[in-house]
Amino acid sequence: MGVVERTWEWLADAAHWSGTDGVWHRLGEHLFLTVVCLLISCAIALPVAVVLGHLGKGGALAVNLSNVGRAVPTFAVLVLLLLSPLGTMGSLPTVIALVLFAIPPVLTNAYVGMRGVDRGMVEAARGMGMTGRQIVARVELPLAFPLIVTGVRSAAVQVVATTTLAALPGGGGLGRIITAGFRLTDTAQVVAGALLVAVLALLVEGVFVLLQRLLDPMRGHVTAAHA
Amino acid sequence: MAGQNCLIANDWICGEYVRTRGQELTDATLQHVGITFASVAIGLLVAFPLALLARRWRGFAGPVLGATTILYTVPSLAMFSLLVPVFGLSAAVVVTGLVLYSLTILVRNILAGLAAVPEEAREAARGMGYGPVRLLFGVELPLAVPALMAGLRIATVSTVSLTTVGAIIGYGGLGNLIYEGMRSYFKAQVLTASVLCVALAVLADVGLLGVQRLLTPWARSGRRVKKRVLAKEAVA
Repeated sequence: MGVVERTWEWLADAAHWSGTDGVWHRLGEHLFLTVVCLLISCAIALPVAVVLGHLGKGGALAVNLSNVGRAVPTFAVLVLLLLSPLGTMGSLPTVIALVLFAIPPVLTNAYVGMRGVDRGMVEAARGMGMTGRQIVARVELPLAFPLIVTGVRSAAVQVVATTTLAALPGGGGLGRIITAGFRLTDTAQVVAGALLVAVLALLVEGVFVLLQRLLDPMRGHVTAAHA
Repeated sequence: MAGQNCLIANDWICGEYVRTRGQELTDATLQHVGITFASVAIGLLVAFPLALLARRWRGFAGPVLGATTILYTVPSLAMFSLLVPVFGLSAAVVVTGLVLYSLTILVRNILAGLAAVPEEAREAARGMGYGPVRLLFGVELPLAVPALMAGLRIATVSTVSLTTVGAIIGYGGLGNLIYEGMRSYFKAQVLTASVLCVALAVLADVGLLGVQRLLTPWARSGRRVKKRVLAKEAVA
């Protein structure tokens, strides 16, 4: 019997979906971690990016931050936090590691989006007597919206995939299905776990694409910013 | 002895650890470098023809980009676990997984670089009697070097960092030390290996930047290009 059939059987078995080690519980943990981390990262990164982008300062910071973020292994950060005094506080180390991981894409994209706003429009708004605050709220944010959401979206997809690492030190999430399958040398279970994470990542991506279309403040307006 | 004490006290920073486990650290670093180098080199060798094919036949581009993007959503943990039945417990598992990840970045950047070659340069080369092969290697590739190298740098840095996850099958370079350190609660080992890992990524990035400067003497430090981009931004 091939791996595909066995994976299908694993997924079709109701016993694998219930209980603490079941798919539903792990999926709940995974979603909870993803949403919490994403919200915290946005709450930290977006205001900073919007202010820096509006002032036109800190461009080097925004670019370097995403480079540094790429160079630091999330796994190493996670283990370092686990061994620190924070390690005893449940899923806090996981949350911090994932937040640090998600901030760079959100911040860099939002910053680039704010800077990418047509300077002429900003000048025009200023000429009309808008204050800095009004320019941010009525001109820059609506025009930068697509790029801001793109940053959040790519962070969300990466967080969904990376939350699996929480399973290595015994945390929650869908990664546990993969590590358990690996330990039992049950390929079907590993494939099932990987499949669940990949599907979840693609679903999240889809939801964000929809949100982007529905919520875009410039929807129905013709602008050059939509390239 | 103070040095011994830091091992017993399980301090984060411990010179004695570095002294006594120097060989272990060197081996892990070499494995890390080897896995990263092999993955990026193979990734480049595979990405290049894929990008050329995607450019030649437009119909091929969608599926190639789509497939590489989907590959990127597969968690590294799952990727390595999935490849174990194929290769057994060996470094090939980690290298293959990392090659697949690097493809996403490399194919996109090679395509973008080739697409950014000015049509005039191509026309001029054709007018001078350049055939397709000479056009590619003599004109298009050199002009695509900046985008290509940008992709290569991102792919290399990500690969250095992702290699650590290979620790679950015992081929994670410095990740092995981090994983062991996590199990035995050995702080100095985790911190030393993590710092070395970040240092490797930074070194690789700086090294590749140097290679790019050497390869594109005409774009000296890219300052002129940057200025031009900024000017464009200001005009637009």
